[in-house]
Amino acid sequence: MSINSPLVAEKSTVNIIMLKVLAALLPAIAVYVYFFGPAILVSITLASATALATEAAVLYLRRYPLRVYLLDGSALVTAWLLALSIPPLAPWWLVVVGTAFAILVAKHLYGGLGNNLFNPAMVGFAALMISFPAHMTHWPAPDVLAQSHWNFAQQMDFMFGGALPAGAKLDAVTMATPLDTLKTQLHLDRTVTEIQSGSIFSILSGKGTEIIALFYLLGGLFLWQQRIISWHIPLSFLGAMFATAGVLHLVDPGQYASPLFHIFAGGTMLGAFFIATDYVTSPTTLLGKLIFGAGIGISAYIIRVFGGYPDGVAFAVLFLNSAVPLIDAYTQPRVFGHAGKWFRGGKE
Amino acid sequence: MSDVNYKEIIWNGLWKNNAGIVTLLGLCPLLAVSTSVVNGVGLGIATIMVMAFSNGIVSLARNWIPREIRIPVYILIIAVLVTIIDLSMNAFVQPLYLVLGIFVPLIVVNCNVLGRAEAFASKNPVLPSMVDGFMVGMGLTLILAVLGGMREILGKGTLLSGIDLAFGASAKAWVITVIPDYHGFLLAVLPPGAFIGLGLLIAGKNWLDQRKAARAEPAQAPQAATAAA
Repeated sequence: MSINSPLVAEKSTVNIIMLKVLAALLPAIAVYVYFFGPAILVSITLASATALATEAAVLYLRRYPLRVYLLDGSALVTAWLLALSIPPLAPWWLVVVGTAFAILVAKHLYGGLGNNLFNPAMVGFAALMISFPAHMTHWPAPDVLAQSHWNFAQQMDFMFGGALPAGAKLDAVTMATPLDTLKTQLHLDRTVTEIQSGSIFSILSGKGTEIIALFYLLGGLFLWQQRIISWHIPLSFLGAMFATAGVLHLVDPGQYASPLFHIFAGGTMLGAFFIATDYVTSPTTLLGKLIFGAGIGISAYIIRVFGGYPDGVAFAVLFLNSAVPLIDAYTQPRVFGHAGKWFRGGKE
Repeated sequence: MSDVNYKEIIWNGLWKNNAGIVTLLGLCPLLAVSTSVVNGVGLGIATIMVMAFSNGIVSLARNWIPREIRIPVYILIIAVLVTIIDLSMNAFVQPLYLVLGIFVPLIVVNCNVLGRAEAFASKNPVLPSMVDGFMVGMGLTLILAVLGGMREILGKGTLLSGIDLAFGASAKAWVITVIPDYHGFLLAVLPPGAFIGLGLLIAGKNWLDQRKAARAEPAQAPQAATAAA
């Protein structure tokens, strides 16, 4: 870790931060490709192109300088995070609609980078999730489990033309996620242990997905080491989810999966390190960050376990995003020399 | 009160003080019902009828209503009219009535109706009051129709779907399929779509007004210059 004298400022622009965030995602994407094939690379490319095109169009309309804002990389980060959140076998228009919605509505209608209340990638995800729930469940089975193997050309045919290879069924290459399986099977009165003995489950959570989650964790630690994110949000997020899941797991292990399963399943790791830590949509105070992270951890767990959707990270992030102004106002440190807090009209 | 400016009443109701996008009154039914053009216009017409007649009756009775109890009296008048509309719709366009559900009886508490009774009809003669009620209702209906159209096209890819609810099964052929083979963008039909759509309409109106003001300015500037000279 480089420690600079306060007089020598390290050059840390939006541009460099965003590039480091993208770099931190690369190992996880490589693992993703290893387990699920190269289709995800196509979604990421498609999302990036859509994000840049939408961004350029809006900047042009708003008469902003194109170069500066296009090259800051923030649109790319949104695009990558969204592409990583939706199934790689999703039809092409799903990626395009989601990304365009994220950039146009969630980012620019609120005033552009720095002014958006909600995390753009998660707004895009939520819009897709509630609009096209069926397409959002086409998660591929890891190569080792898939009943049939599509080559790259067949995957592309499906993404861009919606055409299934001759005689193939979509069910043969897709499967329910571990979280989804857990939820549906619990309704059939099976216990967690029985369900988790199924072939899609592994040591931590799901086959393949747990390794990707592990690499998100590593990427997140790299960002922390680079001082791009602080530990407050990820740690309180994971800690709160672990604690909530832990208590319920102790009460009834047959009904509630282990805390370790929960923090390695679904979007938890990606959310904790890459999504919840977005500068614009998270609190500025340290105490505020702890409250924010813990709030996401607990609500994501509640939505995922007791709610109707298979995962709750996106909705939890959006929910806590809306609470950020409130959290910030209530966690302002006392101003030196003043008795009260600023927002209560502190008296001297 | 002698010369009533009808042009101004119409302009205020339809554009300048539009209930849907300027005064933002009665948003609950506006947001809930504008999932399609037919639903929107259906509720809009019901609201127009109630507003025109409630304004007329309040105006007729305005000299006999004691100030202290005027609000309960207005509400009674409005409630009677809404009951008439409610029962008529149930009788003549029952399928549409079933779709609109609770929002027809809820016209009683639509703040536009009471607002116009208090702000206009209680101080003006019968005819202008009726025109005012009609035009404010008309302004609301316009927004309901546009918002309903936006949400319907984006959400379902059609226009005028459900027209058969009002005009019988033969009207099914009137439904326009704007985007064939459409997957449907459910968000537009759900409540967030209503808020986003209304926000865009308000922004659009402000943009038009500002553009008009910007165009009017250069025209006025030379006059101001000559006046100063």
